[in-house]
Amino acid sequence: MSDLRELYQETILDHNKSPRNFRKMEHADRAVDGYNPLCGDHYTVYLKFKGDFIEDISFEGAGCAISKASASVMSSLLIGKTKAEAQAMFERFHRLVTGALNPGEEAEEFGKLAVFGGVSEFPARVKCASLAWHTLHAGLVSNEAVVSTE
Amino acid sequence: MSVKHDIAPMKQHSAEALDVPRVRSDFPILAERVNGHALVYLDNAATSQKPVSVIDATSRYYRTQNANIHRGVHHLSEEATKAYEVARSKIRGWINASLTQELIFVRGTTEAINLVAATLGASLRPGDEIVISALEHHSNIVPWQLLCEQRQARLRVVPMNDRGELLLDDYEHLLQGGKVRIVALSHVSNALGTINPVKEMTALAHRAGADVLIDGAQAVPHMSVDVQDLDADFYAFSGHKMYGPTGVGILYGKKKILESLPPYQSGGDMIKSVTFEKTIFNDLPFRFEAGTPNIAGGIGLGAAVDYLAALDMDAVRDHEHALVARATEALEAVPGVRIIGTALQKAGVVSFVVENIHPHDIGTILDSDGVAIRTGHHCAQPTMLRFGIPATARASFALYNTFEEIDVLVRSVRHAIEVLG
Ligand SMILES: Cc1ncc(COP(=O)(O)O)c(C=O)c1O
Repeated sequence: MSDLRELYQETILDHNKSPRNFRKMEHADRAVDGYNPLCGDHYTVYLKFKGDFIEDISFEGAGCAISKASASVMSSLLIGKTKAEAQAMFERFHRLVTGALNPGEEAEEFGKLAVFGGVSEFPARVKCASLAWHTLHAGLVSNEAVVSTE
Repeated sequence: MSVKHDIAPMKQHSAEALDVPRVRSDFPILAERVNGHALVYLDNAATSQKPVSVIDATSRYYRTQNANIHRGVHHLSEEATKAYEVARSKIRGWINASLTQELIFVRGTTEAINLVAATLGASLRPGDEIVISALEHHSNIVPWQLLCEQRQARLRVVPMNDRGELLLDDYEHLLQGGKVRIVALSHVSNALGTINPVKEMTALAHRAGADVLIDGAQAVPHMSVDVQDLDADFYAFSGHKMYGPTGVGILYGKKKILESLPPYQSGGDMIKSVTFEKTIFNDLPFRFEAGTPNIAGGIGLGAAVDYLAALDMDAVRDHEHALVARATEALEAVPGVRIIGTALQKAGVVSFVVENIHPHDIGTILDSDGVAIRTGHHCAQPTMLRFGIPATARASFALYNTFEEIDVLVRSVRHAIEVLG
């Protein structure tokens, strides 16, 4: 097992304790429920669009430190981004936590996402880290109202 | 419950304490190291580890006896059939069923319950009721839910109190409605560890004219079970939670009820003769055992029963009870820890939550210290809902666990609070 500190980095602990954009959104354009049936984690991700841009994201629900911090970091990174940029970031994030970086790609280039690099060493936690992102993805590309990691 | 081990050649005197160092040496996996630490395996309610005698029995079958059963005239087939049927009769003795015909080999508890739901359930009429309890595993909820949908029957649930004990007054009230046909209850709750008073509850159900299935998955590893004494119509359990292999379990059913049931799965082995016009089904128990079974698993389960029968199950129960008491006390002393499930009668399980820390994170940190526990809803989401929590951390014990391991557990929980608190 790799160092726990790699997984539970300060930023992650901070976002877990004081999650950003952790609120219900009235009048959201999309509200998608994401479940991880394995551990019972459940979040609702709210999205508000302005044309092609993500004007606002928030989330609420309950889950472990990794899933909550991931949702929190995601929301703070994506406000003001275009849908296409969000999609690209979802894919990068996925590569990062599954340890499947493209040739030449370095975890350090991932900016605020880089703190989730340690997750790839903890296969049991990959689904926690990606739950909010999968939920976001469903909100961007489909009409599904519920997604599940299983 | 009376103790009955009619196949216990080396039975120790019942006042003697369990020789824990000796039983530990029977389980090779306990010598493994995990993440640089000695393995502390406290996930026994999910599946227990296997003694070398079980591992050897399955491997001996594949090395020296492997053949299909109940069909060949050749030597190996006879050997394999004998070994498989000897296992069945050992298990019969161990749970004190009166006849081997009453023991059906299945994949596990889940299949056993599905078998009963599909066959006994076929006679339900619209408006009939099935009673389960508030602390069932999903495998003792969903088959009944589906059956209720199919037969327009109604699922009723016995509620529990804040300690995780079933409310017997409410149970009696449900029975008094006069519509209950089937009662399905766990003997021991996997999420909370509560031991339900299944003997009394069975008697009450019978008085109301209902048939009773007991899910014994979490009971058989921890206490001696006498199905005749309980008087349950069906008793289901899995081999892998009682030191046997995965993929094999037992459905015990009273002969006169089994005889009245329609077939479950159909195919080879469960028939006497087939023409395209008519099939004559085989006798019990084979009538419910279509297809080639898990032969190695059945033989391994026989070896697990030998293993347990050679111990004193009362000594096992006392040892595990002491482990539960010690873990409860030590965990409660940690600030922020709350035990979920505080029934007066408990077996094998301590479920807990830690303030502001999700069980999943606790599980990861414990794992880094070599401690294996389960975190999540334990396939008992309605139980979690009853306590208003999404999940717990659960330490569950087996006969080979020690007080020192509980110290490691508690130290590791403190470690988790340090990292995440
Ligand atoms: C009380 C209870 N019932 C049923 C089951 C299902 O057993 P299996 O998965 O072996 O079929 C379990 C296993 O977790 C259990 O604890």
